[in-house]
Amino acid sequence: MALLEVKDLKVRVEEREILHGLSLTVNEGEVHAIMGPNGSGKSTLSHVIAGKPGYEVTDGQILFKGEDLLEMDPEERAAKGVFLAFQYPVEIPGVATMTFLRTALNAQRKARGESEYSTPDFLKKVREVSKSLNIPQDMLKRGVNVGFSGGEKKRNEVLQMALFEPALCILDEMDSGLDIDALRIAADGVNALRTPKRAMVVITHYQRLLNYIIPDFVHVMSRGRVVKSGDKQLALELEESGYAQFEEAA
Amino acid sequence: MNVAVAKTGSGRAVSDLFASAEGRLPGSPAVVAVRRQAFDTYERLGLPHRRIEEWKYTDLRALVGEVLPLAGSPDTAALSRAMEAVKAHAFAGACKLVLVDGVFAADLSDAKALPSGVSVTTLREVLEKSADLLTTASTDAVISLNAAMATDGVVLSISDGAQPSAPVQIIHVATAPSASAFTRSQVRIGKGARATIIESFVAAGAGAYQVSDAVLLSIGDDADVAYIRLMDDAPDAVNITSQFVTVGANVKLNYFNMTSGGAVSRLQGFITFTGEGSELSLNGVNLLKKTEHGDLTLLVDHAVPNCMSRETFRAVIDDRGHSVFQGRIIVRPDAQKTDGKMMTRALLLSDEAEADNKPELEIFADDVSCGHGATAGALDDNLLFYLKARGLPEKQAQALLIQAFVGEAIEQIADDDLREHVIGIAERWLERRS
Repeated sequence: MALLEVKDLKVRVEEREILHGLSLTVNEGEVHAIMGPNGSGKSTLSHVIAGKPGYEVTDGQILFKGEDLLEMDPEERAAKGVFLAFQYPVEIPGVATMTFLRTALNAQRKARGESEYSTPDFLKKVREVSKSLNIPQDMLKRGVNVGFSGGEKKRNEVLQMALFEPALCILDEMDSGLDIDALRIAADGVNALRTPKRAMVVITHYQRLLNYIIPDFVHVMSRGRVVKSGDKQLALELEESGYAQFEEAA
Repeated sequence: MNVAVAKTGSGRAVSDLFASAEGRLPGSPAVVAVRRQAFDTYERLGLPHRRIEEWKYTDLRALVGEVLPLAGSPDTAALSRAMEAVKAHAFAGACKLVLVDGVFAADLSDAKALPSGVSVTTLREVLEKSADLLTTASTDAVISLNAAMATDGVVLSISDGAQPSAPVQIIHVATAPSASAFTRSQVRIGKGARATIIESFVAAGAGAYQVSDAVLLSIGDDADVAYIRLMDDAPDAVNITSQFVTVGANVKLNYFNMTSGGAVSRLQGFITFTGEGSELSLNGVNLLKKTEHGDLTLLVDHAVPNCMSRETFRAVIDDRGHSVFQGRIIVRPDAQKTDGKMMTRALLLSDEAEADNKPELEIFADDVSCGHGATAGALDDNLLFYLKARGLPEKQAQALLIQAFVGEAIEQIADDDLREHVIGIAERWLERRS
């Protein structure tokens, strides 16, 4: 069984159809890149998979481990192992990063019927994980993402990924707002989390990110559909020729 | 005892309130005369209503209607219920002074083991000698009624330079349903003293009761004081409290109120600077649900130069709750270099929630820095989605954001344990909500 199966997905936002019958299959351990120009529907796809309100699915389905994802609330999807790394992680003043991480991790564990972490066990785990990702402890003492640079915000997303151990990671425009050094650090963090079981969907406008996170498959999206799929060579071709050919094709 | 009726001609019902209680009210003959006069004032004015500007948003005639008869003295069963409530609501390590249904309960209090520098007597005792504590400058109807009816209270004094080893916690416990308790306390903080005073209002099984409290708080020069009031009365109770605060020179005061109970409540604080160089941090949190009505009215009188006041108010309003914040800052002609600011924010959790903010600046000096700001809004959907996408169910995600919202006022409490105590009360409110 595929880990994620998106079948003929049609999605509307305020009467306008954004996805016009999109299909995508992701198996365990695979890394898929989804590329495409602005407005092609890449972020819409990531939002619909995570369960963001405001999107109306008019047709098609999304199965995760064979279960209907669209029937689940966002928190159920998270507990099942879907993780969306946000393009723009929000700042939450007044909520300490540690409180947030512990509350979220324990909420997911509780939903899965697992025992919740005690505070000492949790602290130990966070220290291990943040150390392996080179995340300074003082970052954890601040409010969630408050005053973080673009790079720090993305590293905080990677930290959560490492902590929650999801089966599927969707990285939405991870490279946006990052300089090359910050990008490399974030990508290194992601690569460290690649396992034979864990799948990743890397959404990006530019080929650049794929120099660091090497995909198994590359899909080109245009105007709400996947118009071409291939291996990592496809990304390099796009870098040469641009998206214009696909805009016409779609 | 319907006051609205009294207003239209039948004064007898209101007089009954006083007449039936008079025999039980402590005090010398001089005190009796002061009480009578105060009651006359109340009888003339009746409960405040919306046509009185200061009470425009809190119309007690509409919200409360009648003043309930005076609660009887608590019996053994009531005291034992009260003891359980005291255990549940005491701040760990605090020196407790307990008032049950408006009567000082020595057996539930730590009055025999006071920290060094702390002395305590009761209003009841003081009234045998003097009526001074019943007189205040204000002739507000609720303050007059409190003067007429006050049965007891704590008269607390922290001596000059004292730094008591433990905070003092005054705990008001209601055990009598459908009755009123009238209390009046005095807290005097000596020069250079450093003290934390906590005041808690809780119920021990009682419902639909009414609390009328008054506090006369005076703070000597160079003192450093935290005054933390936690009103967590029963959901159908009424609590009307008036506080008169005078602040000496070079004082640091952190004044905090949290309202997490009561069907109808108002805290009106009248704060006056009497010495230069003082800094006030005035913070309030209202947590309201169902049809609860919570009012915080603060009047800060910058009567002298070179003082600073900061007001931070946060209201969380669910269902058809109604929060009122009235903040008035007066800067007298001589009070140059005054720095007075207030910021109030309301979080509306339902379409029917209501927040009224009335900031008023009356500035008569020309070299001052004063300002105010107010916002009202719902929880941010983007923040909620982020938390849900990380596995938090809706209510838990909301709770985290609400805690962060009120945290901006609570974090002004310097003591870690006390801050946690206050956060714990807010958390219990959030649990009751979901």
